[in-house]
Amino acid sequence: MNGTASGAAGATQDNAPVTALGGVSGTQQPASLLRRVLLQGKYEALAMLRNGEQLILAVVLPLLALVGLTVTPFLDGLGGSRIDVAVPGILALCAMSTAFTGQGIATGFDRRYGVLRFLSTTPLGRGGLIAGKALSVLAVLCLQVAVVSAVALSLGWRPQAAAWVPGLFLLALGAAAFTALGLLVAGTVRPEATLAITNLLWILLGALGGIVLPAERLPAGAQSMVQFLPSGALGESLREAFLAGTLNGGAALILLLWTVIAGAAAIRWFKWN
Amino acid sequence: MLRVVSGVSLVAQRGQVTALLGANGAGKTTTLECAQGLQKRSGGDISLLGRDPATAGAELRSRVGVMLQDGGLPPSSRPVPLLRHVAGLYAQPWPVDDLIERLGIGAFSRTTVRRLSGGQKQRLALAAALIGRPEVLFLDEPSAGLDPQSRQLVFDLISELRDAGMGIILTTHLMDDAQRLADYVYIIDGGRNVAEGTVQELLQRSPVVETGADHIRTLEFEAVPGLDFAGVLPDGIAVAETRAGSYCVTGSLTPGHLAALAGWWEAHGIMPASMSLQARSLEDVFLDISGKDIR
Repeated sequence: MNGTASGAAGATQDNAPVTALGGVSGTQQPASLLRRVLLQGKYEALAMLRNGEQLILAVVLPLLALVGLTVTPFLDGLGGSRIDVAVPGILALCAMSTAFTGQGIATGFDRRYGVLRFLSTTPLGRGGLIAGKALSVLAVLCLQVAVVSAVALSLGWRPQAAAWVPGLFLLALGAAAFTALGLLVAGTVRPEATLAITNLLWILLGALGGIVLPAERLPAGAQSMVQFLPSGALGESLREAFLAGTLNGGAALILLLWTVIAGAAAIRWFKWN
Repeated sequence: MLRVVSGVSLVAQRGQVTALLGANGAGKTTTLECAQGLQKRSGGDISLLGRDPATAGAELRSRVGVMLQDGGLPPSSRPVPLLRHVAGLYAQPWPVDDLIERLGIGAFSRTTVRRLSGGQKQRLALAAALIGRPEVLFLDEPSAGLDPQSRQLVFDLISELRDAGMGIILTTHLMDDAQRLADYVYIIDGGRNVAEGTVQELLQRSPVVETGADHIRTLEFEAVPGLDFAGVLPDGIAVAETRAGSYCVTGSLTPGHLAALAGWWEAHGIMPASMSLQARSLEDVFLDISGKDIR
C-alpha cells in the first residue's frame, strides 16, 4: 500500500518491563553495529555463492572470457602478452558481475519479497543492510580475484608486485560505483526489469564498455566515450595499474563521481517496498 | 500526494492485544507501517516506547518485533539458518531452538522458504518477529493462511506473550480473530478510526438499536416475504427484512419477545422455514459501522 499517514498517533505506554521470554530476561539491546554488518555481509555472501546463476556470472563467464582472450588475437600488440592485457579487464568484469548485476538482481528480488522491509525493522536497519550488501560484494570479489588470479598465473600471467596496491584500490572503488548503480536500478524498477537491465548492461558494457576490450579496440565512436563510463574507467585504469604500476587519478575520480552520483540517486529514489 | 490514512488515533498498552480491524484497503497496514517507521508520514505524531519510530535507531528496533503481511523472508533461505542469522542481530535473543520447538518449525526446518505452505511461512515469520524478545510486537494479518491447528498454536502463543507483558498490535480483517484475541479494538475505515472499545463495548454498541442492555442478540428467520411486524415487538427491538423473506430481529431479546413473536406467527399461520438465535458478533458491529458495500 502506498501513501502517507497524517494524524496517525500510535503509541505504546512505556511502563512495566516484559517478563522473561524463552528463559531470557532483561531489556533487549542490539548486537554491536560491527557484528550486525559482519553477520549480514556473511549471510548475503553465502546466499550469493550458493546461487548457481550468480556463480556462473561471477566466476564461470569471466574465466571463459579470460581463456577466450588468451587464445584470440583481439589484444595483440597492447602489452607484453595477451594474458597480461586480459587479466585486468577480467578483474574489472568480476567487479561489475558481482556488484552491479548479481547484487542488483538479489536486491531487486529481496525488495519484491519484502525482505528489505523486514530486515529494516530489525536492529540491522536500512544502513546496516546496505553496509552488509557492500561487504558481501567485497567478500565475493576477493574470492573472484583469488580464483581469476590463480587461473591467470597458471596461464602465464606475471603481474608487477607494485601493481597490486593501485589495482586493489581501483577494484574496490569500481565495486563501490557498481554497487551504487546496482542499488539504484534495483530500488527503482521491478525485479524483472532489474534482471533484464543489469544482464543487458553486463553484456553491452562487457563487450563495448571498455572493460574487457581496451578503448583502442572499439569502434571509433565509442572510443572517446567509454573512458567516462564506470566500465571504461575501471577497465582502463586497471590495465594501467597492472601493466605500468601507476594509478590513473582521472579514472579514479570518474569512478568516485559515479559512486557519489548513483549513491545519492539511490538514496533519493530507492523504494523499500 | 496520496493520502491513505488521515485521522487515525490509537493507543496500545503493554500486556494487551490491540486490534486494528478494517476491510481491505482501509489503511490498517499503512498505519502499522508508519508506527514501525517503514513509511514516512506527512503529519501527526507517533510515539513507540517513548520514541518516534521514523527517527529512532537500532536501540528502539531491538525492542520491537514486526511480522509483515507478506512475511518478508528470503525465498531461498532455510528456516533455521535464517532464524540464527536474525537472532545474531540482538544482544540477548530468544534461544532459537526453543522458538523452533514452540512454533513447530522443526517439522520443516530443512525446507526452503519458497516451498513452505502459507501457514508454515506465517509461523516462521512470527518466530523471526519474536526472536528479539520484543516488548512491542506488530502482527499484520497473523492468521492468514493458517490451518486450524496452527491458528490455535499461534493464538495460544499470542495470549501467553500478552500475559508476559508484551504489547501486541495486530491488524486483521477477520472479526473472529479480533473477537478471540483482542483486549481493545479500533475499527479503521477509509483511513480513519471510526469506532473503538473493548470487544464487549463494541458488541453492545449498535446504530440500529439504542439500548443499554448487556446482551444484544440477533434472531434471524426465513418466512414469506413482506410481513409487517409493526407493534409485535416493543421499541428498542428492531426488525428488518434483509432480503425477500429473510428477517433479522436485533436487540436485547428476552424470552418474552420470543413468545410474542411466536404468538404472532401462530395467529397468522406462519411457520418459519428456518431460524437461528445468536449473540451479536463483532462482524455485525463492523458491518453496521463500515457499511456493507464491497470495497
